[in-house]
Amino acid sequence: MEYFLELVFSGLTRGSIYALIALGYTMVYGIIGLINFAHGEIYMIGAFTALIIATVLNMYGLPLPAILILASVAAIIWSAAYGFTVERLAYRPLRGAPRLSPLISAIGMSIFLQNYVMLAQTPNFLPFPALIPDLPFLNRFTSMVGTTDLAILLVTAIVMILLTLMIKFTRTGKAMRATSQDRTMAFLVGVNVDTVISVTFITGSSLAAIGGVLIASHIGQINFYIGFIAGIKAFTAAVLGGIGSIPGAVLGSFVLGLTESFATGYVSSAYEDVFAFSLLVLILIFRPAGLLGRATIEKV
Amino acid sequence: MDVITLKDCRKALIAALWFMFLTFPLLVIKVNTTENLVIWRWHNLLYVGVAAGSASLLTSIFRGLHDRKREQQRHQEKVIHISLTERFFSNPVVSRPVLAAGALFFLIFPLLFSTYQVNIMTTALMYVVLGLGLNIVVGVAGLLNLGYVAFYAVGAYTYALLNMHFGVGFWVALPLGGIMAALFGILLGFPVLRLRGDYLAIVTLGFGEIILLVLKNWAEFSQGPGGISNISRPGFFGMEMSMATTLNYQYYLTIAMVLLTIFVINRLQNSRIGRALFALREDEIACQAMGIDKTTIKLTAFALGATWAGLAGVLFAAKNAYVNPDSFTFLESAMILCIVVLGGMGSIVGVIIGALILILLPEYLRAFSDYRMLAFGALLVIMMVFRPQGIVANIRRSYHKKDSAP
Repeated sequence: MEYFLELVFSGLTRGSIYALIALGYTMVYGIIGLINFAHGEIYMIGAFTALIIATVLNMYGLPLPAILILASVAAIIWSAAYGFTVERLAYRPLRGAPRLSPLISAIGMSIFLQNYVMLAQTPNFLPFPALIPDLPFLNRFTSMVGTTDLAILLVTAIVMILLTLMIKFTRTGKAMRATSQDRTMAFLVGVNVDTVISVTFITGSSLAAIGGVLIASHIGQINFYIGFIAGIKAFTAAVLGGIGSIPGAVLGSFVLGLTESFATGYVSSAYEDVFAFSLLVLILIFRPAGLLGRATIEKV
Repeated sequence: MDVITLKDCRKALIAALWFMFLTFPLLVIKVNTTENLVIWRWHNLLYVGVAAGSASLLTSIFRGLHDRKREQQRHQEKVIHISLTERFFSNPVVSRPVLAAGALFFLIFPLLFSTYQVNIMTTALMYVVLGLGLNIVVGVAGLLNLGYVAFYAVGAYTYALLNMHFGVGFWVALPLGGIMAALFGILLGFPVLRLRGDYLAIVTLGFGEIILLVLKNWAEFSQGPGGISNISRPGFFGMEMSMATTLNYQYYLTIAMVLLTIFVINRLQNSRIGRALFALREDEIACQAMGIDKTTIKLTAFALGATWAGLAGVLFAAKNAYVNPDSFTFLESAMILCIVVLGGMGSIVGVIIGALILILLPEYLRAFSDYRMLAFGALLVIMMVFRPQGIVANIRRSYHKKDSAP
């Protein structure tokens, strides 16, 4: 029973991280209908920025909570900046081009960013500092759930609520929903579509950066390649829940996280990634619109 | 109208400052977490600033000239624009000698160059086959396949395993490898081809990773990451051959393979299937309305593309006499995609040129080999933004009305 609960918590933690990344995929897809392959790399850049800033601040002897906050803020700022730049350089010129073009451009961007970080930093794994302090009163439960796991769940929940509020109640959120329903129509009624798309990329990238900082302090090491697999899996989660749907992305992420956790716990850990991909293929065969998505009929 | 306006300069300055800010943590600071050392590399900031500024300026100038040219053209009579390649191929006086010279060069290549060069050229030619195969899927049918290398792996392992367990020779394994890859193509294609293009991309990517993971982890089947060695090289009626002769023989074998591929694909493009594939790429709905069975034709494209990857895989296993999973990573798929995109999607000549550039150039620019993948990534983006049709644009067969109509 304890093992089972341990797997549940580990699945929920995984799910939270996938959710933070999957939201970026699903928001971008909802608005411009593009699979942003470089999104996993944005998450990796967030983790790297946090690592670098944390190490530098650590040298100046700042206290741990200050380092944690400053490193996270830096990760968010730079990830958002990269997300914004990627959209401007690689996707905006291709609006209205054939469907394949932005997709190939996105893959190119992903390969470029991976190799850029590898060359600028290191091809090896870097140990990530334990930024989230251990809380002693949790020791009773530590066999099942660590402080980091709890922090991940908590932060994810807060971020989700904030995001929902933003999309539901702010002016920008309204503009985003309008753009995702019909870009031309939104443009005609005075929504600045370019700004909305940029804001979407910035929001998605910030969420990915938060995910990057959390998972890096959970696992304890990062390298330039972590974004690739995490990106594919988060995309799987987004498709699972129904791409374009925000609650869908969260639900899909938790389903994927739990599936992976149980599969690795009870079957075999060598094939961890195979389960995720098999789940993706199965979902696409039996329910292509995803769990919460609606099947759309293409009209001419 | 000036070539450079003040506005362009301001834009370049903003671009320079923005990229300096953007690359600051990753390019300037380098941390050594084990010894808690920080290295500051301020010079990188200068490089980035200069590069970003000049890139922005160049783009502005280029765009300005382009706009001016278009403005001038508007006042002139309407000229039908014929691309350079089209003019080249429509004029047999020019194109035939050039093509013949090219063919002759490839034929006598082993006589002119060392075995090392021949070996590199063989590799490049294998990528030509792979590129042409992927071209059927991506260029002709417009289906983005990101796990193409999985079929290459299927071909290579088919031969490696058959040879290891049953001592099957190259010539028997060659068609078997192709068939196996085609079967895998159909197996993968069946569930996913009903879906939209972007889903296909990600599922094929996942499929490629699954094949790689299985090859790595299922040691009883594939010998794991260590790979399979001592695979027989291709034979020629049981003749004993020295090392140099073997290399030359493999070279000509690959040439034959390339020629076969070109022949088949050329015939395919003008066939009923080929035209159906073009129709599919242009507009799925219109294509269905014309009575083409979407699923069947997509499966055909997928299986055909996979077949060439399988054949190239057998050739690869025979050439190296060794296979291991590391030869079949996603980066390999990305490189083949890059070949097709650079050369020109759907264009045979383009893909050949693309493969030769992308494989041979890094071989001779060893000093920059670290930057190879970086350049590939950038190349994909740049090609899509500035020249989506590739180096050599595809020429569609067209019919003209004769001047002397009865």
